[in-house]
Amino acid sequence: MQEILKTVTQAFGVSGNEEDIREIITTEIKKYVDEIKVDAMGNLIAVKKGKKKKILFAAHMDEIGVIATFIDDKGFIRFSNLGGVSAFNSLAQRVRFKNGTMGCINVEEKLESMKDLRLGKMYIDIGCTSKEEAEKYVKVGDTASFTGDFHVQGDFAISKAMDDRSGCAVLIELIKTMPKTDNEIYFVFTTQEELGLRGAKTASFGIMPDCAIAIDVTRTGDTPECNSMEVKLGKGPAIKVKDSSYIAHPQIRRTLQDLAQENGIPYTLELLERGGSDPGAMQTSGTGIPCGGISIPCRYVHTPCEMVSIQDLNNCVKLAGLFMKHYK
Amino acid sequence: MILIKELTELNGVSGNENEVREYIKSKINGLCDSIEVDTIGNIIAYKKGSSGRLKVMLSAHMDEVGFMVSGYMEKGFLKFKTVGGIDSRILPGKRVVIGKKRLKGVIGAKPLHQQSPEERERIAKIKDLYIDIGAETKEEAEKLAPLGEFVAFDSDYVELGNDCIKAKALDDRVGCAVLMEVLKYKFEFDLYACFTVQEEVGLRGAQVAAFKIMPDVALVLEGTTCADVPEVKPFDFSTELGNGAALTLVDRTCYSDRKLVQFLYDTAVKNGIKVQFKQTTTGGNDAGQIQRTGNGVKTASISVPCRYIHSPVSVMSRSDFECVERLTLAALNEMNKDKDFTKNVAAV
Repeated sequence: MQEILKTVTQAFGVSGNEEDIREIITTEIKKYVDEIKVDAMGNLIAVKKGKKKKILFAAHMDEIGVIATFIDDKGFIRFSNLGGVSAFNSLAQRVRFKNGTMGCINVEEKLESMKDLRLGKMYIDIGCTSKEEAEKYVKVGDTASFTGDFHVQGDFAISKAMDDRSGCAVLIELIKTMPKTDNEIYFVFTTQEELGLRGAKTASFGIMPDCAIAIDVTRTGDTPECNSMEVKLGKGPAIKVKDSSYIAHPQIRRTLQDLAQENGIPYTLELLERGGSDPGAMQTSGTGIPCGGISIPCRYVHTPCEMVSIQDLNNCVKLAGLFMKHYK
Repeated sequence: MILIKELTELNGVSGNENEVREYIKSKINGLCDSIEVDTIGNIIAYKKGSSGRLKVMLSAHMDEVGFMVSGYMEKGFLKFKTVGGIDSRILPGKRVVIGKKRLKGVIGAKPLHQQSPEERERIAKIKDLYIDIGAETKEEAEKLAPLGEFVAFDSDYVELGNDCIKAKALDDRVGCAVLMEVLKYKFEFDLYACFTVQEEVGLRGAQVAAFKIMPDVALVLEGTTCADVPEVKPFDFSTELGNGAALTLVDRTCYSDRKLVQFLYDTAVKNGIKVQFKQTTTGGNDAGQIQRTGNGVKTASISVPCRYIHSPVSVMSRSDFECVERLTLAALNEMNKDKDFTKNVAAV
């Protein structure tokens, strides 16, 4: 798990620019599945054939990042966010463009108060002295991701893009270790989730499964003075009850809870106040899809130091495996 | 530019696009294999191609921002609501027309010398404004301007300087004009030119049009924001008037298909057509819905920069419009002759 988690979290794949991460995942999984394809939105769809129920498992490949919108005469780059990028978390961070160019994010010095900090007053410095020079490295429309090394300490792993590469890692492990089942399983690595659950919409329409489960990260309620939340790092997968984009289908939620209890997998229930996930788009796709979620507890979501527990990830793999085997 | 003059002088506030629809239908009649108006009111003009290799959808919305009569005040002043995104600060003193009969009215507000110091500081909100149609009683007003009647800006088409046009509803009659021009040509692929409704209130028409067509590729023709005006820094310009056709990289509703954007950019360069990237990521258009239809559609937008968009005095450059028209045709011709387009750009 550690190895694959490192590979996928460190790969480049800002929303709408998922080519690299898609390639990596394809290489990892292709010999374990019967069919593999990419749709118009760039979703990677892998199928393990079966005769009974069609079950879709989704994890999004994209990560939040920034896009260059303007390069000034001195070579400073103005940018906009792709997904939920906080100005405060971005200040003084490093970003890496797809071609490897590194940049530092900083803010116009005239800023009177930190309360006025906005991305519109910030810029990326790539160490160039003119527009012409800067354009050799970065063009308008190029995207960059925040940097954040992968590091493991005890059971906890820290990296950029745990949201939702840790979900991708869970799906990859699931594919490699999946139990025998008569159900037909669709593993979908979706695109543009951070821009509004966009890839999931078209992928689920194309598949029209009998049910869908998203593996995505969720916030936790275990840090100093945080909002109260049942979910805690290291206390097992969080079974989705609701987030701001959907309410989990009660039958799916119950099945997941029963399976966890019967098999001694620790879990918590997730009621996420703010934030959505792919089922928000999938559940109303076509004629409608019953959806649920197995969530990965993650501290500091949408920062370069997102933190998850390896043990939780392993338990997510277990629970998802049980679900695909027992779902009727 | 006669086409833009005629198109912008029609009224088609979202949900009330009939005047525009009838005009466009009459002009494209005979150019297409079929012209259909769907249940929500979109025109879907279809031209069958000789190869059937590819389904291409072009989309431009017929509707424009405006208002709706929402109630009556003493002495027959009308209360109103906005339809689509309008900055209330620009409204006091503007001329409007109400309903099909184009009943004239003006938007009024409490006179400055009657306002309290706080009121003067405060930005005028819609609820502080009213429409004056010269009625004498509430009853008279109700008869002349029934509840729910649409209200459009009253603004002529005027040519400014050597290259500019001022009009209302350039967003998106410019797109409609491009589609009407394109329909004069024949292609190998199947072409669906969609004149959509209710874009300004949430990209509604395009959603069902795209679902019906299920195209391989879609191009959205638009009027877009342009803020190259005093007090704005260059990185916030969005687009610049006179710098040619604007390509959207990403906005609030759509991350344009990157290969398709590159294809459009290369096509512009190859044909010597001025082209610019829209350099802000705000706003949104039909592309957002079209892209996410069915199994997904490769989608991009080509726009004409419009200063003071969503106001009765939008200003655009004629040469930019020509760039958009030329680029659209050049791109379609390129798709037509290049068999590799399907493989390299449109393939999933």
